[in-house]
Amino acid sequence: MAKSNKPIFWSLFAAGGTVTAFVTPALALVTLLAAFGANMDMFNYDSIHAFAGWWLGKLIIFGIISLSLWHAAHRLRVTVHDFGVRADTVVAYTVYGLAGLGTLLTIVYLLRI
Amino acid sequence: MGEEMSSKPYVREIPKTTWFLRQARYKRYMAREVTCIFIFAYTFLLICGLGALASGPEAFSGFVESLRSPLGVLFNLAVLIMTAYHSVSWFVVTPQAMPIQRGEEFVPGNIIVNAHYGAWAVVSLIILIWGM
Repeated sequence: MAKSNKPIFWSLFAAGGTVTAFVTPALALVTLLAAFGANMDMFNYDSIHAFAGWWLGKLIIFGIISLSLWHAAHRLRVTVHDFGVRADTVVAYTVYGLAGLGTLLTIVYLLRI
Repeated sequence: MGEEMSSKPYVREIPKTTWFLRQARYKRYMAREVTCIFIFAYTFLLICGLGALASGPEAFSGFVESLRSPLGVLFNLAVLIMTAYHSVSWFVVTPQAMPIQRGEEFVPGNIIVNAHYGAWAVVSLIILIWGM
């Protein structure tokens, strides 16, 4: 059988879609409540700093962000095509590049905390 | 004349950007796909927050303050609606995406979907309690 990197691409996309399906609406709800002015622990400097300073906290943050980015980037590539833009190579470099940049920034920020 | 006609294959015109408006199924497909824009944007918001967190308390309170602008509220409301739509549409297709076989039979789709909804409720509750 011909070797293909599709299974890896697909499994990361599926993992990202699943992770984001489970956690993002609740995170967005907490963020929305904070935006409305509520004092949320997720946006309290000391508690979130302690969480992000803990190795498991770092791992959870990294996992959620990198998988969500990968999932969204892959789907965005298809969506742009669906809206009639026929420039897949440019689009692919852009969306995966942004996802890569976001992942890199996450690593840098987490190491600084 | 007749030959000319037959040598030209019939090409059905399909509008490139608005094709999905023709059928409810296509609209639902596009709505599902478009959720990724909000997931992408929200994840970058989280990365900005993480960057502010790494820079110190002042930068972080500036970040939280920026959430409280009308635009921040509107954006997060849109993210909540769109990501919840992603979750529902994602869980609904799990029986097709990963069917589970028990012996000869496949586990009924609604059991798999409901199990996902249940787990989603538990995870969401944990995040809400953790985040409050």
